[in-house]
Amino acid sequence: MKIKKRGIAGTLESSDVMVVINPHDSQEIKLIVQSKVEKQFGSSIRKTVKDTLEKCGVVSAVVDVRDQGALDCVIKARVEAAAYRASDEKNVKFGDLS
Amino acid sequence: MRLRRSMMFIPGANAGMLSNSYIYKPDSVMFDLEDSVSLTEKDSARFLVFNTLKENLYGDIETVVRINGVETPFWEDDLDMAVRAGVQIVRLPKTETVEEVKELEQRIEKIEKDCGRTIGDTKIMAAIESACGVVNSVAIAKATPRMVAIALAGFDYLVDMQTSRSSGSEPELFYARAAVLHAARAAKIDAFDVAYGNVNDEEGFLREVEIAKNLGYNGKSLIHPRQIELLHKAYAPAQKDVDHARKVVAAAEDAEQKGLGVISLDGKMIDPPVVHEAQRVLLLAEHS
Repeated sequence: MKIKKRGIAGTLESSDVMVVINPHDSQEIKLIVQSKVEKQFGSSIRKTVKDTLEKCGVVSAVVDVRDQGALDCVIKARVEAAAYRASDEKNVKFGDLS
Repeated sequence: MRLRRSMMFIPGANAGMLSNSYIYKPDSVMFDLEDSVSLTEKDSARFLVFNTLKENLYGDIETVVRINGVETPFWEDDLDMAVRAGVQIVRLPKTETVEEVKELEQRIEKIEKDCGRTIGDTKIMAAIESACGVVNSVAIAKATPRMVAIALAGFDYLVDMQTSRSSGSEPELFYARAAVLHAARAAKIDAFDVAYGNVNDEEGFLREVEIAKNLGYNGKSLIHPRQIELLHKAYAPAQKDVDHARKVVAAAEDAEQKGLGVISLDGKMIDPPVVHEAQRVLLLAEHS
C-alpha cells in the first residue's frame, strides 16, 4: 500500500488514539509516539503500530501517534483507517486484516 | 435458550465506549454503523468495530452490528466487515420487505463461503421502523432461518405514522408493539421493544418496560448503560414464581429419568410449554 497523502484517524479523547500518516521520502517507517502511558506501554504501542502497518503493506511513511490510553484493538483500527485514507484505497480487504 | 432482555447501542465510531461497555453486562451489545456514525466516519467506524470484534472484548455478551440500510452505498462494506469479524447477528435497519431480507441473506452466505465461516452461522435481526414494515412483519420474521429476533424502532415509525411520543400508556405505539410481537411469536423468534430516549427519566423508562414486559417482549433496545440494571431488575421473576419453576423443572427431570411420557406435579399434568417457561424463569432468576 503506497502512502500518497496525509491520512488522519482517531481523536484525542480518552481511550482513543490519533494517528497521522504522511508520505516519507525514504523506504522506511518513521514512527513518533506520544502517550500518557508511554513508560508502561510505549514499546507495546510501537510494536502494534508497526505490525499493523506491515499487515496493510505500508513500507514507507511518517507516522505520528498520539495515544490517550487506547486498547490494542483501537490502535490497530486507527492505524488501518489512517493508512487506507492516506493511500486513497477505498476497497478495504478485511480478510487480509484478520 | 438465550436471554435477550437488554440490547445496548454503542456508536461504532466511539473508541471509548467500544473499549469499555462490556463492564455493564448487557445481554446483547449492538455496535452501530448507521445513525450514530457521521458520513465522514463510516470507514473508521468499520475498522473500530472490526478490531473490537476480533479482540473478543465482549466474551459471552451477544454481539450485533447494525449495518446501514440497503438503500445506502455503505451496507455491503458494513456487512463484509461484520461477517468476516465473526459478529453473531447483523441488524438490518428500516426493514420493510421480505426481498430486503433475502438479499441480505444471500450476501451473508456469499461472504461466509468466502471467509470459511460455517454457512448459516451469522444470524439476522430485522428492525421494523415504518408502517410498511409493521404490516409486513410476519413475513419478515419468517423470511429466513437466520432470523433470531425482530426489533421495533419507535422514532422513525412514529415519524412515518405522522405522530409523536406521548407519555402514559403510549397509544401511538400500541398497534405496532402488538403486531411486531405477534410476528415474532408466530415465527418463534425473540422481540425487542423500542429504545427509551430520555435517559434521565427513570420513572418513564420503567413505565415503558412494564408495558413491554407485560405484552411479552423479551427485552428492549437501550441507549444508555444506566438503563441495563433497571431493566434486568424489572424482568427479574418473583420468588414464588422461581420456587414454582424449580418444582416444575425437577418434576420434568424426574419424569425423564424414570422414562415417563407424562410429567405431573402435585397431581396435575404439566405440558412441555410449561416446562419451557419454567426453564426461562430460572434463567431470568439466575441472571437477575
